[in-house]
Amino acid sequence: MSETNVDKKVVKNQSEESRKKFDVGSWLIPIVAVLVAMLLAAILIKLQGLNPITAYKSLFKTAFGSIEGLGVTLGKSTPLVLSGLAVAVGLRAGLFNIGAQGQLLSGALAAAWAGVTFDGLPGYIHIPIALVIGAFFGSVVAGISGFLKAYRGVHEVITTIMLNSIVMAVADYLASGKLREPDQFLTRTSEIAESAKLPIYGNLPSGFFMAVVLAISIWWILGRTTSGFRIETVGRNRHAAWYAGIPVKRTVISAMLISGSIAGLGGAVETLGITYRYAPAFNLGLGFDGITIALLGRVHPIGIIPGAVLIGGMRAGAANMQFDSGVAPELVDLLMALILLLVTAPLITRFFKNSSNKSMTSGWGN
Amino acid sequence: MKMLSKRNGYFLVAILATGFFYFNGSDVTTSVYATGTVFALPLALAAMVGIMCERTGIVNIGIEGTMLLSAFVAFFVSSLTQNIIIGLIAAIFTGSMMGLILAVMAVSWRMDQIIAGTIINILATGLTSFLYVQGRTIPGVFQSFEIPILSKIPFFGPVLFIHGALTFAGIIIILALYVAIYHTTWGLRSRAVGEHPSSADTAGVSVVRLRYINVTIAGAIGALAGAYLSLELVGSFERGFTAGKGFTALALMIFGRWNPLGALAAAMFFGLAQAYANQLMIDQIVNIPSQFTAALPYIMTIVVLTISAGKVRPPAAEGQPYEKGQA
Amino acid sequence: MSALLEVTGVTKRYPGVVANDNVSLTVNAGEVVALLGENGAGKSTLLKAVFGLIKPDSGEIKIGGTPIVFGDTAGVISRGVGMVHQHFQLVPVMTVAENIILGDEPKRGIFINKKAAHDEILALSKRYGLEVDPEAVIEDLPVGMQQRVEILKALRKDVKLLILDEPTAVLTPQEIDELLSVIRKLADSGVGIVLITHKLHEVMAVADRVVVLRGGKLVGATSPKETDEAGLAQMMVGRSVVLQVNRTEAKRGAVVLEVKGLQVRDDRKILSVKGVDLSLHKGEILGVAGVEGNGQREFVEAICGMRHREAGEVLINGVATKDMHPHAVHEAGISHIPEDREKHGLVSNYSIADNLVLNQFDQTPFAKGWVRNLAEVAKNAISTVEKFDIRTPSAFNSASSLSGGNKQKVVVARELSEELPVLVAAQPTRGVDVGSIEFIHNQLISARDRGAAVLLVSAELDEILSLSDRIAVMSDGKIVAIVESKDADRNYIGRLMAGLKE
Repeated sequence: MSETNVDKKVVKNQSEESRKKFDVGSWLIPIVAVLVAMLLAAILIKLQGLNPITAYKSLFKTAFGSIEGLGVTLGKSTPLVLSGLAVAVGLRAGLFNIGAQGQLLSGALAAAWAGVTFDGLPGYIHIPIALVIGAFFGSVVAGISGFLKAYRGVHEVITTIMLNSIVMAVADYLASGKLREPDQFLTRTSEIAESAKLPIYGNLPSGFFMAVVLAISIWWILGRTTSGFRIETVGRNRHAAWYAGIPVKRTVISAMLISGSIAGLGGAVETLGITYRYAPAFNLGLGFDGITIALLGRVHPIGIIPGAVLIGGMRAGAANMQFDSGVAPELVDLLMALILLLVTAPLITRFFKNSSNKSMTSGWGN
Repeated sequence: MKMLSKRNGYFLVAILATGFFYFNGSDVTTSVYATGTVFALPLALAAMVGIMCERTGIVNIGIEGTMLLSAFVAFFVSSLTQNIIIGLIAAIFTGSMMGLILAVMAVSWRMDQIIAGTIINILATGLTSFLYVQGRTIPGVFQSFEIPILSKIPFFGPVLFIHGALTFAGIIIILALYVAIYHTTWGLRSRAVGEHPSSADTAGVSVVRLRYINVTIAGAIGALAGAYLSLELVGSFERGFTAGKGFTALALMIFGRWNPLGALAAAMFFGLAQAYANQLMIDQIVNIPSQFTAALPYIMTIVVLTISAGKVRPPAAEGQPYEKGQA
Repeated sequence: MSALLEVTGVTKRYPGVVANDNVSLTVNAGEVVALLGENGAGKSTLLKAVFGLIKPDSGEIKIGGTPIVFGDTAGVISRGVGMVHQHFQLVPVMTVAENIILGDEPKRGIFINKKAAHDEILALSKRYGLEVDPEAVIEDLPVGMQQRVEILKALRKDVKLLILDEPTAVLTPQEIDELLSVIRKLADSGVGIVLITHKLHEVMAVADRVVVLRGGKLVGATSPKETDEAGLAQMMVGRSVVLQVNRTEAKRGAVVLEVKGLQVRDDRKILSVKGVDLSLHKGEILGVAGVEGNGQREFVEAICGMRHREAGEVLINGVATKDMHPHAVHEAGISHIPEDREKHGLVSNYSIADNLVLNQFDQTPFAKGWVRNLAEVAKNAISTVEKFDIRTPSAFNSASSLSGGNKQKVVVARELSEELPVLVAAQPTRGVDVGSIEFIHNQLISARDRGAAVLLVSAELDEILSLSDRIAVMSDGKIVAIVESKDADRNYIGRLMAGLKE
């Protein structure tokens, strides 16, 4: 067989494989899950004596019905893309980072501090500095869990969730103390300098495009680089990974560091692009939304984007929906929970079915 | 001579310390211990949920969600019916259902158990946020009462025998679970299923059925822990009401080596630490920021897990779905 | 009177295989029926169906004349069926007593009557002459003792039918003899016995009737009186010649691998390799024979850097290799076909292509710096699949879609692709179909012929005898003898394996 023939066959086979990966059937699951979740929530709305159709109409019209609305939606989606991406990177390495919340908070607070402190820098320096500082603090928080997992065998689910609460307490302490806005009694920081605010082009927030570029990069890194292969191999069979010479502990820690830095970046983007300051209540729940979004996007870095935009749109339209229909904005939380429930059962059974360590996580040991 | 075992050592230190504090100020010490018991009970009960599940090989990280939704249902139904007994029953039903859902996902669908538990947690958060309405009240809480005679014992009386009905129920459940795990047929079979399910299966014990039963009953216990918070300890409900107790409970379970009394001791340690920290603040002996006392149990959880990791031996079949005939 | 066990037309399919194809079988009280067949012939499947552990797709199973409900283990047990499983069904952290009473515990109220349990087990063990300590914890007991517990567990319910699934696999010859006499005694007392095995001499020694399975089908029934071992072998494999590999005389060269004073602990921290010295030469196959559980696994894992070496060292061409670092050992020159291919050898939801480069994915030509070269990975996969005859529709299917034999070929292909000076093959043909066995054997021989030093560890004595140039016998963590294979005598090696001196 000639060289070119082999190559052709390779190309053909690879395209076959990628067709399989993107087969329509498997992507139907998330779509169906979203629709069924909306139907179930509609029943609950009806039971409350309200009109679900009015509610949904208002929700989606606000979110996607106008350029202005779309701008808000994409702004809300940005941290969601990032927190979803953070959870997905962890899952790829076999780690369930349910602490994206805490990592995101620390990134948000650190970015707010940088945004306030480095006043006077030009924007093209100030913004990157603030983003990097946010990402750094996110990765430090996640790194603690990664280290404890790798070297002490402490399960990351418990440490990340405990760190969520610890970070929240620390952030609260700082935002009500050292970092508090002068002469104010609220627990919040000052507004960041103009130079640290993310630019908005027309109505479209620049942070969103940054998040999309990051998602594409992560996809490429996981699929095409040796580092990505190490992460995926550790995630699927850590015994085989160790046996093949992949430094498992180091890979676990670096996966957590990457995951945490993405989450931290999500917090920074939220601060620099939307809230312009840190205040505890603003970011609640973003990290947990990341879990749903990661699984809704089938743990695929690109697949996360549509899910994040959908949820971001719901978040953007929720207030208006309450105004138009009387349905509480917490409907979105409920929808997220239902979506997660519906999407996970079939997804997990497929995604991890053939994994040799039958379940992704096994107990509290290693 | 037989060496003093490590556990006995801890126990001795605890008694000596308690005695020391007691003779230095009996009223304060008694009240700290009484408060500590109050803090410890929901943690200990939640740890029982973990023990019941994990002894049969099911990892349950949905304890937090089970407690949260049950606490909410307990409060909400009590408020609707103006009857806390009905609220309690509704909560226990809810908890059992949460357990049942976990069992379906983990046992029948053989889903990853950590993800299954997370679904329970997020579902509970979503439901409670959506259904929560401000301004509701309940007609009262389960009031403390004294157990005659026993409550007159110095120190132990106020610490152990003056509580509400749910506390007493909780203490009884913990003791009963201890006896049941080590001395009854059910306990033997549960442990076998959690350690080596195929041996239980080949001995005619249905792994699937026992796992369903235990996870469901555990859900009901989790509901009691949740209802205790909203119907006895606090008398209200807020979003995020359980504040991570369900996760801390898992650490206590591990620290207590999957033994109900061990987990109870660990919970007492946590409860006392918090009670002491509170007392120090009240006495203004030290000026600790309130955020630090709030974060204390979480920090302790991580420390405890880091210490006990690798030294404890979990049930061997934990987290693994069972397929009949694969032995 | 109806037969004790009547199996009629049982069929059980698994994805891709028919494990049992319309099998029928009858067992009467007081007789020993041997169920003979190769690995994968469907013996265990059939008896798991009888015991209610799996549900057959069709057919009927009657015990004492009444049909059983498929999958109802408790029901089957209550009708007097006991089973001794190939993999012991004992809870390691529990006591002997707890294990035996599990499922039908003596009670006092809702509590277990521990005293009654203790007494009952002492009585039971006295009655059958199988001595055990009821309060000993299973994981502290030696294998032979564990099996005794397993048998007592099966006998406890006054069994009428006892099923033994490869009970001798982990036993020494003495323990085997003891077991066979227990089986005979039980049969004489009226118990019907089904003995699953692939060891012919056991069949000849104890069975009243022999039923042979091959490829899931019943291929014959006979009795030891009517045939001999050769006849049984022919029925079992379906051809007249047992394993005979064509190979030339070894051209033995210099010492490549040297093991000096190696000591290794097992998972329970017990010393299981107790000081081994061994030299492996270029161009030879050195077979390590031994009853399983005598330290072979730990020995191999320690050589390959997968298990901590308590003492001693492993040298390749005079250079010491790194402890606890399998990849470094690989780079130093050892290819390794690991015993547990699902755990260490493969990432089962990766494609065959990725699995074929698992230990070289970051080296040229499969990566250029940080970026993987997927075209090279694919090219390698396509040519390897062809060369090693890996049966798959595409080299990009996931490894989990392959049969056991083809999975093993993926591992073998990967390990042989680099032509390293040493090859360590641990149980290379376990759970592998006959066709693949032959292929893998030929690969081992051609590795030797190109000059590799091959260390073959196998529990199948036949495999060792037919492939090795020299044979080392391992017993109780030590190499008790090394013999040239032309001088090797089956019985002599068997005695050494049992730890007997000469």
